[in-house]
Amino acid sequence: MGLLNKKDAKLITDPFLDNNPVTVQVLGICSALAITAELKASIVMAIAVMAVLAIGNVVISLMRNIIPSKIRIIVQLVVVAALVIIVDLVLKAYAYELSKTLSVFVGLIITNCIIMGRFEAFALANSPYQSFLDGIGNAAGYGIILIIVGFFRELLGSGTLLGYKVLGDPIEKTGVYAFGYENNGFMLLAPMALIVLGIIIWVQRSRNTNLIEE
Amino acid sequence: MGLKEKLHQFKEENKDKKWLPLFSAFHTFLYTPNDTASAGTHIKGADDLKRTMNTVIMALIPVLIFGMFNAGFQHNIAVNGNFTSGMSFFSGEFWNLDNFIIGAAKILPLVIISYGIGLGVEFIFAILKGHEVEEGYLVTGMLVPLIVPVDIPLWMLSVAVVFGVVIGKEVFGGTGMNIMNPALIIRAFLFFAYPTWMSGDKVWVTGAVDVAGTADAISGETILGSLAQGKEMIYSVSDMFFGFIPGSVGETSTLLILLGAAFLIFSKIGSWRIMLSAVAGALAMGLIFNMIADANIISEGSKFYSLMSTPFWHHLLIGGFAFGVVYMATDPVTASQTNKGKWYYGFLIGFLSIAIRVFNPAYPEGVMLAILLMNVFAPTIDHYVVQGNIKKRMKRLKAKKA
Repeated sequence: MGLLNKKDAKLITDPFLDNNPVTVQVLGICSALAITAELKASIVMAIAVMAVLAIGNVVISLMRNIIPSKIRIIVQLVVVAALVIIVDLVLKAYAYELSKTLSVFVGLIITNCIIMGRFEAFALANSPYQSFLDGIGNAAGYGIILIIVGFFRELLGSGTLLGYKVLGDPIEKTGVYAFGYENNGFMLLAPMALIVLGIIIWVQRSRNTNLIEE
Repeated sequence: MGLKEKLHQFKEENKDKKWLPLFSAFHTFLYTPNDTASAGTHIKGADDLKRTMNTVIMALIPVLIFGMFNAGFQHNIAVNGNFTSGMSFFSGEFWNLDNFIIGAAKILPLVIISYGIGLGVEFIFAILKGHEVEEGYLVTGMLVPLIVPVDIPLWMLSVAVVFGVVIGKEVFGGTGMNIMNPALIIRAFLFFAYPTWMSGDKVWVTGAVDVAGTADAISGETILGSLAQGKEMIYSVSDMFFGFIPGSVGETSTLLILLGAAFLIFSKIGSWRIMLSAVAGALAMGLIFNMIADANIISEGSKFYSLMSTPFWHHLLIGGFAFGVVYMATDPVTASQTNKGKWYYGFLIGFLSIAIRVFNPAYPEGVMLAILLMNVFAPTIDHYVVQGNIKKRMKRLKAKKA
């Protein structure tokens, strides 16, 4: 690979699978539960987190030598808060409906553990370029889980994907032999997001038994 | 060589085949296996898991058969529209072949699907894990068709059974490890996933929708459904007690459930402590609500009024309360294990059932949610009972020393 040497490529691919921030480190669960009822919201959330994390990682990495260690959390918060406000305003300007669906959860990106975790664990100790890659990788790992969960929840819960009708109309007939699709209302409730997430973790860990904790 | 030896030899020959658990499952239905434990403590008892399960199933059979008659009976009422309140229990209007055939045609498919899908999932997991198939699903598979509406589409039931067995049981490690009652998880799944198919007026009585809107139309709603909307009831107390009312398949007949309860208590399978304390809890809550209604604390127009002013002991007869308390709250795996804990556990189930029933008309079946909730708290109750006992004994020890 021209642009990425092996070590850099690992920064992106690692958090995607074996060190996934959501399914392995179990971070950022709240937003994964809250906004995944629609696929569109999941995708936008994934992009928003990616923007905040990638840019934030670069900013922190650039400042890593001048941030006094005593107040580094405050500095990190200021950086992430500023970025989240920008993202929020961009969403409000160009995708107002979506920003209403996401409501408070865009603001809550600030408290997303993945972001603070990467700032602390990676950006403070690595060069801007590597931090950028790390941010992209982690946000992608977070985003892919969000999108998988959102895909199943919207498909089975509303019978639509990105708002387009995919599955048929609900059944009218009654009786034990009635066939046809009926939306699964449980999918739209938060507990089902947790269960879908749990199933993803289950599948991942049975494929890669190294991930199972003792 | 007899069949028994042949089967055993067959098992020996295919020792390391993947599908062996499948064969063993059917084998052990016919014969007790010859293998004995080679180490550890040996306890010999006749009440093994299989016998326990079979006893519960025997207690459920009368309810199932009654459910078949009732499904046909309700259908004929809906179509012909001549319901006479206050029939005697052995009325020929109820116990006739016509009713039974209609009901059996509706309910047998539910039973078959419940067992077929559920055991299928169990077999797949047994083969994946390489252990023996456990008998745990036998009771669940019988409970499931009894706690769903007659007209639930089969595919919905299948989806729910797969969900219930995998998420409710297998992820915890199979029979005996589950935190919550799998049958109730299946019902709760249906309830939250397809609410229009688990409540309202179109699923409880076969064919009720076809006659809706005509002059003969009866409301195909359960009593709880009607009460939650403050409607008049046409059913007498004896109808409710005998079970000539619309409802989930097996829950309507309080009389037969009582017989089942007596059988379970007599055979020492079901805990009388849980049943008794749950009834006490329900009566207590019912009395509190009656007092609130009598004291005019809430107005007659309030949406809670009709359920609150229902005489407190009626709550035992309507809805799935009796069924839930006798057959589901007493599940030995998910209930409290300590005797003292069982009293708390049962009482809270009864208490919460009626509270949910009255305060949340959208979820008329409070007993399901109450049992699931208390299933979660059962280990906590046990923990405090055990700790309390330890503390008491420590005190006694100290007193002796001093």
